[in-house]
Amino acid sequence: MEAFVFFVFAVVALAGALGVVLVRNPVHAALSLVATLISVAVFFLLLEAQLLAGVQVIVYASAIVVLFLFVIMLLGVDESISLDDPRPYQRPLALGFGFLLLAEVLFLTGQTWVTGLPSLGSGLGPEAGGNVETVARSIFGDYLWPFEITAILLVIAVVGAVVLARQTFAGSPVVDEKQPEESPGGST
Amino acid sequence: MTITPDYYLVLAAMIFTIGAIGFLVRRSVLIMFMCVELMLNAATLSLVAYAQALDNISGQTIVFFVLVVAAAEVAVGLAIIVAIFRRKRGATADDIDLLKG
Repeated sequence: MEAFVFFVFAVVALAGALGVVLVRNPVHAALSLVATLISVAVFFLLLEAQLLAGVQVIVYASAIVVLFLFVIMLLGVDESISLDDPRPYQRPLALGFGFLLLAEVLFLTGQTWVTGLPSLGSGLGPEAGGNVETVARSIFGDYLWPFEITAILLVIAVVGAVVLARQTFAGSPVVDEKQPEESPGGST
Repeated sequence: MTITPDYYLVLAAMIFTIGAIGFLVRRSVLIMFMCVELMLNAATLSLVAYAQALDNISGQTIVFFVLVVAAAEVAVGLAIIVAIFRRKRGATADDIDLLKG
């Protein structure tokens, strides 16, 4: 049963990932991304990380993708951008380096000397007290200081996003919200 | 058959590679950004697989932090994209060459 679920969602995850890369329309790419993200949440469930599966669905598949879709909506879908590359050598080069990367990562996962830890394949004993409690003890115990730093990081990110989205560049007029978005010369 | 963590690692490597190739190949800034999300997800998947294989909860904790960083990154990155598109409508990654001189 676990193998069946794994392979089904592995196919979905890979198809979604390929969809992000190959699809022309950004909205469809975002929806393909959702397929991959939900599949990863299922993998988290299979790996007994129930808390992370929930967080993955709530934060990634909902919040982040909705943010993407909002920006796509704000900017408009531009179908005129061709998928062809002006530099002919870039695409084969990228594919070559990509497969080199894949071979490298697959080679490294089979090695013991990288981390000094034993190679994979061993089972996992049952967790005491459930996944949520275990992760919570880890976050609020060993990782309390990084956790506090993430709070600062989020505040900085929010402030930075607001400042960036409202920024007026030197010599450029403020984009008036009442102005229609299509007005020419509004951003020169 | 039983699914060992090796399967997850191979799958994560494949998703990461697709994301990396997409980041290099696509020219739309938004799609490139989604490819970064793909790579982040592949990394988190391998972290959780290692957490289970090594029976160490720290892997899952770090994934939690990765999620926070990803959320912050998306907020700032999309704000940058919106700011770029205000200046140049329909810009691709090739059009953003202010530092080229």
